[in-house]
Amino acid sequence: MNLNLTLIGQAIAFAFFVWFCMKFVWPPVTQALQERQKKIADGLDAASRASRDLELAEEQVNETLRESKEQAAEILEQAHKRSNQMIDEAREQARQEGERMITSAKSEIEQEVNRAKDELRVQVSRLAILGAERILESSIDEKQHGKLVDKLAKEL
Amino acid sequence: MAGNNPTPTEYIQHHLQNLTFGYHPENGWSIAHSAQEASDMGFWALHLDTLGWSIGLGLVFLWLFRKVGKAATTGIPGGVQNFVELMVEFVDNSVKDTFHGNSKLVAPLALTIFCWVFLMNLMDLVPVDFLPMLAQKVGVMFGADPAHVYFKVVPTTDVNATLGMALSVFALLIFYTIREKGFSGFIGELTLHPFNSPNKLVQALFVPVNFLLETVTLIAKPISLALRLFGNLYAGELIFILIAMIGLWQLPLHFTWAVFHILVITLQAFIFMMLTIVYLAMAVEKH
Repeated sequence: MNLNLTLIGQAIAFAFFVWFCMKFVWPPVTQALQERQKKIADGLDAASRASRDLELAEEQVNETLRESKEQAAEILEQAHKRSNQMIDEAREQARQEGERMITSAKSEIEQEVNRAKDELRVQVSRLAILGAERILESSIDEKQHGKLVDKLAKEL
Repeated sequence: MAGNNPTPTEYIQHHLQNLTFGYHPENGWSIAHSAQEASDMGFWALHLDTLGWSIGLGLVFLWLFRKVGKAATTGIPGGVQNFVELMVEFVDNSVKDTFHGNSKLVAPLALTIFCWVFLMNLMDLVPVDFLPMLAQKVGVMFGADPAHVYFKVVPTTDVNATLGMALSVFALLIFYTIREKGFSGFIGELTLHPFNSPNKLVQALFVPVNFLLETVTLIAKPISLALRLFGNLYAGELIFILIAMIGLWQLPLHFTWAVFHILVITLQAFIFMMLTIVYLAMAVEKH
């Protein structure tokens, strides 16, 4: 167990090993470790970002869905309103048409009645005159019937 | 076991002797044939087994981690990459928790220490006779006396190995202190603590006392770093050797001690790394 040159040899070997380790072993391993750390951190980042994006997208989808529902309801309501309106309009139109037709019919009837009345008046007068002529032909009693014929003619 | 029925003492001593190559005063540059020859070589000797195993294991560590580093993907990591990333993150977290200075060196340094020391300690779990006997067979092939082929497998049971690392850490410690606080700051740290006084004269009296105390503190750092690892592993190795001598009953005992030792070798590697980080952190931190 003597102290000898081995000590120096061991020290030199030690120095060489440490130098080699520092130059060629330590850097690549730690670099790989750091790069992997960075990769993992990036991956986690991306994952959280993606989940946030997903949340946003879901929100947007819900928003759009709600809007479109509202829109559909609005359109439906408008359609209802419009149809009611159309029905009302049609009804009104029909009523007016009817009234108009009734009115025209009435006036026509009136005209017809008037015309008939006139005709009747003429014919009755003619009949009356005829009747009167007959009566007058058979037994004309001017005194007796003159008054009657006058009255008749006046009334007709 | 070496030779013809060695005594327990011989057996243990044989196991605790490194394969030494060095300059012997009589034989010149040669491999030591005995503990006496090895100690005669003095400082100019190399423990071939310690260096061989530690460098080999260090290369295994670097090769494995480099291979993974080159093929590292940022996607889903495979089995080995998972393991390597686990180690790197573990060390990186330990360093970040403790060392607040700015340095590209400390984290790889800590990783190297942890893995390398762990691998060297791991050799302790290989049965104590297995690799030395293999070495003896090889030695005999080269014409050596089997009793004189020494082979100590665990580099961290050699105080040279642990002290070599601890002194490197110590050099870094001083380098960082001077880089962060300047040379005057380094001297100030040695002389102006723990006792100081607003009075210049009293302060001048305190300086030698402070210097003595702080120098001991400073020197204690690498020594304790080296001896803690060495002591733990040496003791563990010695107990493995002792267990190996008791015949058949060694099997359950060996297993128990090995299981316990898994904890020890991991813990010692971790302590060496953690103390290195703490020492360097203290060096760069302002008081």
